[in-house]
Amino acid sequence: MEGILARELGLKEVLPENTIKTLVPQVEVDREVKPAPSRYRNEIAKYIIRRSSDCKLCGKCAQVCPHGVHVLKPGYKLFSAPHLNVCIGPSCQKTDHYCIDLCPNKALQMVENPMLKSMGDYRWTPDMLMATWKMAETGEAPLPEYGYDYETGASGGGFDRLRFKFPEKPPVELQDDDIDTSIILNRRNDGRPQVKIDVPWYGGGMSFGSVSNVIQLSKARAATAFNTFTCTGEGGYMERMKPYDDHVITQIATGLFGVREETIQRVRIVEFKYAQGAKPGLGGHLLADKVTPTVAKMRETVLGISLFSPFPFHSVYSIEDHQKHMDWIKHVNRRTLIATKVSTPNDVDMVAVGSYSAGTHIVHLDGGYGGTGAAPDIAKKNIAMPIEYAIVKVHRFLEQEGIRDKVTLIASGGLRTSHDIAKAIALGADGVVVGTSELVALGCIRCSRCESGRGCPRGIATTDPELAKDIDLDWGTQRIINMYAAWRKELVEILKRLGLRSVSELRGRTDLLMHLDYTNDSETHP
Amino acid sequence: MPKKYHIETKKIAPRLPKRGKFGIVDWREDCAQCHNCVKKACVYDRYRQEMQYIKNLDEFNSMFFECMGCFSCVQKCTKGLLALTVNPEYERMGNGYFTPDIILTTWNQAETAGIPVSGAGYRGKFTGSGFDSMWTDMSEIVRPTRDGIHGREYISTSVDIGRKPKLLSFENNKLTTTLPPLVDLPVPIIIEMFPEKYHFPNLIPMLLAVAVKTGTMIIVDWKYHHLLGAYEENHLSNIIFYLDKETPLPPPDILKKLRLIEIVDSDRIEQRINEIKAVNPELVVSIRVELDACGEQRSIELAHHPFIEVIHIVSDINGNQTGAEKPKFIKDMTRIIHTSLVKDGIRDEITLIASGGIALAEHMAKEIICGADVITINMPLLIGLECRFCKNCRDGFACPAKIETITAEYGIGRMTNLIAVWHDQLIEVMGAMGMREARRLRGETGRALFFEDLEEETFGRHFGKRIRA
Repeated sequence: MEGILARELGLKEVLPENTIKTLVPQVEVDREVKPAPSRYRNEIAKYIIRRSSDCKLCGKCAQVCPHGVHVLKPGYKLFSAPHLNVCIGPSCQKTDHYCIDLCPNKALQMVENPMLKSMGDYRWTPDMLMATWKMAETGEAPLPEYGYDYETGASGGGFDRLRFKFPEKPPVELQDDDIDTSIILNRRNDGRPQVKIDVPWYGGGMSFGSVSNVIQLSKARAATAFNTFTCTGEGGYMERMKPYDDHVITQIATGLFGVREETIQRVRIVEFKYAQGAKPGLGGHLLADKVTPTVAKMRETVLGISLFSPFPFHSVYSIEDHQKHMDWIKHVNRRTLIATKVSTPNDVDMVAVGSYSAGTHIVHLDGGYGGTGAAPDIAKKNIAMPIEYAIVKVHRFLEQEGIRDKVTLIASGGLRTSHDIAKAIALGADGVVVGTSELVALGCIRCSRCESGRGCPRGIATTDPELAKDIDLDWGTQRIINMYAAWRKELVEILKRLGLRSVSELRGRTDLLMHLDYTNDSETHP
Repeated sequence: MPKKYHIETKKIAPRLPKRGKFGIVDWREDCAQCHNCVKKACVYDRYRQEMQYIKNLDEFNSMFFECMGCFSCVQKCTKGLLALTVNPEYERMGNGYFTPDIILTTWNQAETAGIPVSGAGYRGKFTGSGFDSMWTDMSEIVRPTRDGIHGREYISTSVDIGRKPKLLSFENNKLTTTLPPLVDLPVPIIIEMFPEKYHFPNLIPMLLAVAVKTGTMIIVDWKYHHLLGAYEENHLSNIIFYLDKETPLPPPDILKKLRLIEIVDSDRIEQRINEIKAVNPELVVSIRVELDACGEQRSIELAHHPFIEVIHIVSDINGNQTGAEKPKFIKDMTRIIHTSLVKDGIRDEITLIASGGIALAEHMAKEIICGADVITINMPLLIGLECRFCKNCRDGFACPAKIETITAEYGIGRMTNLIAVWHDQLIEVMGAMGMREARRLRGETGRALFFEDLEEETFGRHFGKRIRA
């Protein structure tokens, strides 16, 4: 089976004679949603039901609950641990099967799970974590009955204070199939492929070393299913990724770890990483513990020695130098697009325009509050501006320069939900990059211990073989596919309510947004 | 190339049980004794350590205070019996400004001298008050490289304290301007006096030792100079004696060995300065100005006097203006003073030292960006000694952290570690900004991003007027 690019464009026409043909048969992955339940025995639930000693084990609760919260197995006298994660909480009170009221002995009590206080944070609230898990499990956004307040976080600013101004009735009646969620990644009209992705997001760069093999592959397979991309991050390109070449972005970062002509020739997008939102201006640092024999081999380095990706590229001190780099890649791979990943400094608008003029196809802004890997705390909180500001600033400047439709603007750094994605696009981005959400779908609980010892206790950000065993490739793939599917449905719903036929129509439509901290008086403040 | 500034550090273990954020694991009845939590779930091996603790009851039970909050044991428990919650003792720490998170990270930094690192992105509020309402800039393409932090290039954190001439005059290629005395510090941190209520006499000689080890200086009230003991004579160049309005000058043999002295602001400062300079003309004099309702204006006024070299502006420990109903914050007051002096064309002649509210390394960088040349710290050093900010000492009760009994090795080591790691973090921030010198960082508000400005520039144009402070 040949790859999508090979099918659509014909390799012989695209590749020059001196280019090594490295494509291998590409694997197709089904986009179908299938159940992918939590890999943990005990799911964390929003509400818990306490059973007092007044319970006479009559089984009434198990009998009335249509969700299967109470478990009294046949032949057992005692209840098993309840499936609290499927309990819809106080909203059940309105129904005729509210176990708390129906219990003949009043032995049941429902309370909000006090453990939630120790879970999540201002940006990723417990509700947002649980809702994302639910989407990854079912492929659907959680029903309103569950009471998850997951569309915004509790950070008190940025996306969390923005809302869509949905009209009471959509201006145009649209069906789901009428809505186009795809975006084009090459708008330069430079003879290179346009490259269209079916959803306005792709997966962020996470190197092998920072996450396990299985995580990288799960991301790649989900990206393949949704005809979008995932990024290798810095640190090389695993052999096992080859069947997904058409959906992989390989990254050239300042350490140049794992960068080889052979890998550059395999992909449809090559990303230059100048900076990353988690640690803007500080380069990368893979701790010695994570430099296992496999990592060392792939990065062509020494086992157990910390690896620094310096900052910046030692060979780039101007836009012209940047262009030189891009020319090198464009020469090595005549079909590839170039993405330039930068952070969000004060002059991010100038950087974006400079990068466009140097020849990039995609300007990828990575805001200061994002990142999946380990980073100094001082950098995460304090350096560079949040992405919400950067999108507006860059979009506006690209428009002023008359080049807005010639470059694809991708935003990342703290986008957590489909609602954030839609807001980012309404602020001016064409699409977004997501990272943390994918990890949450795989069971990340954001304990922030990605860097310590053997790595992530949840088996995600680790190269420890024993910990990595916790995640199965099929399960990991399905969880991300399910989350993507739920997101796409939510995005379609947002577009339908706004009467927009495509996600591209949403770009820059700040008039469809309101900010809870402002007068939203556009007449006096155009 | 000058020798690179480096502070020797070593790990200094805590004396007391840590108060971790996730302190309580609730074992309920009905445990199946399967040991899943012990053998499999906890990758940090905390449960095995718990067993060890039970065997050796003479040690304190700190292992659960080090729970990482990964929920693995909770979710893998065979019978779903475990629950995790936030440690209420942890939540009680601090005073609102010095939050539990700040206290915990300070403890860790003082212990390890390592820059705090964590994963999974930023977890906090979008913005906040005080120093949380600004971000430092970074330079996307042209900047000193990370080698500046790790080797080849040099990012200097040195600062000069004193009056600088507005211009230099030359005649026949020779400098004819008389250069005023300057005190140079390798790091823009001075150790500040502790408020009277947080005064631990045993700390004073240790603080001096820290100042010596780190090459910086300590402000000591002259009335406590006897507490310095034998160190005083040997390290006068690291001491800044503070003189109250009525305090007589130290003896001339001491004044002659000092580099910097501080006097409180009063109506006789010119006379006091003349008396000091009469004994030691090379001694730089700092004027301590309390940032009360008149503090900003008084500082600006003082800066216009040609005999003033250094102004030390002092807010309360939380960085607030004193005695005001709606107090301004130190960063905003510093910006006003700095900007005013810039407008008057005299900013470079004066050194501005700022005190109060500097709780984290990032605050140091931000305060310098807002206009201070040097900052001072006191409370973070105390927290580094495992102070929990319980305020018992302030209220006259015994210190639960037993700070009065610490050994010199512990105290000097922890406080040195903290200054070293703050220095490292300052370099991280400067490296990201592309700044090679802390001197140039001062007042570089163009290399910072302020919440109000960004909101106005981006959202203000689309959403009207901001109605929430």
